[in-house]
Amino acid sequence: MSPIAFPPKTISEQGRAERPGLAGWLLAPALGWMGVFFLLPLALVFAISFASRGTYGGVEWTVSVANYLNVIDPLYLKIVLRSLALALATTVWCLVLGFPLAYYIARLPARWQGVWLLLVMIPFWTNFLVRTYAWMFMLRTEGLLNTALIGLGLIASPMEILYSTTAVLIGLVYGYLPFMVLPLYAAIERLAPSLVEAAWDLYASPWAVFRRVILPLTKPGIVAGCLLVFIPSLGAFITPDLLGGAKTMMVGNLIQHEFLVVRDWPFGSAIAFVLMGLVLIGVMAYVKAEESDRGQKEER
Amino acid sequence: MAEVSVEIRNAVKAHGATLAVDHLSLEVRRGEFFSILGPSGSGKTTTLRLLAGFERLDQGDILIEGRSMRSVPPNHRPVNLVFQHYALFPHLTVFGNVSFGLEMRRLPKEEIRSRVASVLDMVRLTPKQDRWPAQLSGGEQQRVALARALVNQPSVLLLDEPLGALDQQLRQDMQVELKAIQEQVGITFICVTHHQEEALTMSDRVAIMHQGRLLQVGSPQEIYEAPASSFVAGFIGVSNTLRGRIARFNGTTCDVTVPGLPTGQAIVARPSAGAGVGSSVTLVLRPERLHLSNEVRVGGFDNVLEGRVSKAVYNGSEMQYLLSLADGISWKARVPNVGEGQKKFLPGEAVFVRWNADEGVVLTE
Amino acid sequence: MIKRYPWLLAASLGNLLFLYAPIAVLILFSFNASRLSARWQGGTLQWYRLLAEDEALLAAVQNSLLVGLVSTVIATVLGVCAALALERFPFRGQRAIEGAILLPLVIPEVMMGVALMLFFVSIKLPLSLVTVTIGHAAFNLPIVVVIVRGRLRKLDPGLEEAARDLGASAWQAFHRVTVPLLMPAILGATLLAFTISLDDFIVTFFTAGPGATTLPLKVYSMVKSTVTPEINALSAILVLVSMGLIGLSLALQRKPV
Repeated sequence: MSPIAFPPKTISEQGRAERPGLAGWLLAPALGWMGVFFLLPLALVFAISFASRGTYGGVEWTVSVANYLNVIDPLYLKIVLRSLALALATTVWCLVLGFPLAYYIARLPARWQGVWLLLVMIPFWTNFLVRTYAWMFMLRTEGLLNTALIGLGLIASPMEILYSTTAVLIGLVYGYLPFMVLPLYAAIERLAPSLVEAAWDLYASPWAVFRRVILPLTKPGIVAGCLLVFIPSLGAFITPDLLGGAKTMMVGNLIQHEFLVVRDWPFGSAIAFVLMGLVLIGVMAYVKAEESDRGQKEER
Repeated sequence: MAEVSVEIRNAVKAHGATLAVDHLSLEVRRGEFFSILGPSGSGKTTTLRLLAGFERLDQGDILIEGRSMRSVPPNHRPVNLVFQHYALFPHLTVFGNVSFGLEMRRLPKEEIRSRVASVLDMVRLTPKQDRWPAQLSGGEQQRVALARALVNQPSVLLLDEPLGALDQQLRQDMQVELKAIQEQVGITFICVTHHQEEALTMSDRVAIMHQGRLLQVGSPQEIYEAPASSFVAGFIGVSNTLRGRIARFNGTTCDVTVPGLPTGQAIVARPSAGAGVGSSVTLVLRPERLHLSNEVRVGGFDNVLEGRVSKAVYNGSEMQYLLSLADGISWKARVPNVGEGQKKFLPGEAVFVRWNADEGVVLTE
Repeated sequence: MIKRYPWLLAASLGNLLFLYAPIAVLILFSFNASRLSARWQGGTLQWYRLLAEDEALLAAVQNSLLVGLVSTVIATVLGVCAALALERFPFRGQRAIEGAILLPLVIPEVMMGVALMLFFVSIKLPLSLVTVTIGHAAFNLPIVVVIVRGRLRKLDPGLEEAARDLGASAWQAFHRVTVPLLMPAILGATLLAFTISLDDFIVTFFTAGPGATTLPLKVYSMVKSTVTPEINALSAILVLVSMGLIGLSLALQRKPV
């Protein structure tokens, strides 16, 4: 080994080389825990999704894809499609509401940015059940919204908002808006104001500035925000359960229903896997987008 | 008299409690290279942003080609800005950056292509038109920023510290190139800089700003040779000063007595307008105008002071000396290196400092 | 830009109103004297008094605190070790291991809930506070890993090298330099994990057996049956507790590196 070909190791490399077994000891407990209490259960759900329901609600170990085919049954497919549509609508609303807010925060003086971000975060850290209950309280027939509107003479009889798709949508947007604002803020904050001014100086109208400069340069944040909203919206359980009715059942409720009410575990497992598949497709798309983005930058 | 391209009338712009631009009036002639020079916080950048339209006037008006810009947003102004750190769009190629303004004005594709091609040719970037900004060197990025503004053929081109991010050697090359391009295209250039050498080298006229106010406007030579105030004198290059009082007038010159100098010794100087006997004045002298020697008798100079060399620095092209004169007064002197045999002074050596009356400027404070 | 677009400020304030109005109204009406009406009928503290006398509720609070404490300790200890291993000792196949540990962050919570339930039922472990605790530790562990690892990555490796240069052993350098700098992140992660555990409904819902009622389960059953001012009062308390814990967590994480 020639000393010229192999430059001396830096201290940190030596530190790393000293105890090769340590990494394993540090990692083993976490890996063990996640393996037994997460990966194994996941594998179990996967296996059961190919089994069939026993006579008394148990599991009969047959191998078939019947459960997955069953998901395409119009009755269930409708619920899957509704979930997708609601999740999509939630994402769009969060983007429309969140972008101006994120832009505003990102252009505030630094000391105010922290205050505003905290204001956005606080409701998000409040118990989800409580936040959903707040909307029940607002929207129910004898709730505050109706009482106020009748009191003001704007409507004669109470509106039936609670237990409707609208209520579920409001609840989802309310629940996940901060997930949209934070990544958007991070992306806009990185966008140099001089780039916006440069476009403006080069004859771009405010709309053209937005479309040609702000939008393409904040795309990573937009994609991240959309996924962070879309994923939990798709798998939502509490919101449709409390704010929706029988006609607004989403995939999350269907899974719960199959497991705890119908006790058809194999079919419930299959739906759960479909849901997870949909989510993972989204995540993969995001990772791909980010990697190609990074690749492009490195190439530059 | 050349036609006026830009006229700033009594402009006022407040940033919080301070006036960033304080009743500024200025005229820029068509086709000239005009620089606004000042230290940071002098209001020069705000002035530029008012011209570009990114900030709104509190009072006064700005006319470009005779048209009031008061309610005209940046995208409708006939000006383009070369940003301080270039602000190149990272998601567009060199071509995409340069064509941006023309596309926004919806020019025909063919015209865009030919105009971009010719301006890229002018800044010698044709081979790099498909690169991303991040793949370019600092100097290349600077030229893209210039091309992106010039391609629109604005009435006025604004430059914000255009060479500020470049290293010393490149900066000097670009000064020459920028001036050449300006002469070639014939567009009015208004350049904001805190770098006095840059301003003097490139400009037809220079405005000096300080604390939001305009202190002096003039050709580089006027600014350097005849500064209107000691701030201008101190800001433009190094200057030596002496404070004193006018004792008497002798035709075109006056005698200035300086406390601390041997009694009976007066400095002969050219008086400034409005100064009378007894006025307290500041005498300003450029370091390169001082003549140093060991000899007591040297004819042909109006003034002589005795001093001692306290520091000598060899700087390649010249020797720089720090001199201590009587009464704790400290001056600088610069002597060009002309070759072998030239007298070099050593620290501690006694020297005589000589100059003529018309080499100093007298400022009445 | 902002000065030219006052509608940006208007939109932002509208957003804040949307975010805060329901919570504010909720808290306000926890002091409403009327049991049924959404009309204000005078102030009272009687709903808070009723809460304090509700023994089932107090038991649920106790259960939640117990589950929160135990699961947080497990998640923190295992998570910090894993974060150190992942950041300081790169090895082959790391990405797969990382993926396995971090996967819970992206899969739907419902999935995690049913998977754990099926698993516990299959191995004949009765659903109880124990199973709830195991589940909470499992979804909090990746969160601890992400936070602590993020901090580790930001630490200047030169600091530990400087300590080594000054004669510290590898262990001393870690213990005297890295650990103190890591402490805010660890504390922040601990508090965050504790808060998430206290707030969790879905995983708890699937893994809790009869009698193993935590606070969110109790709230859920209350909300499902009727809308009463007691829930408003309970919500008001929960809002304040969550805010306090998160404020503390943020303050700890914010200390300069």
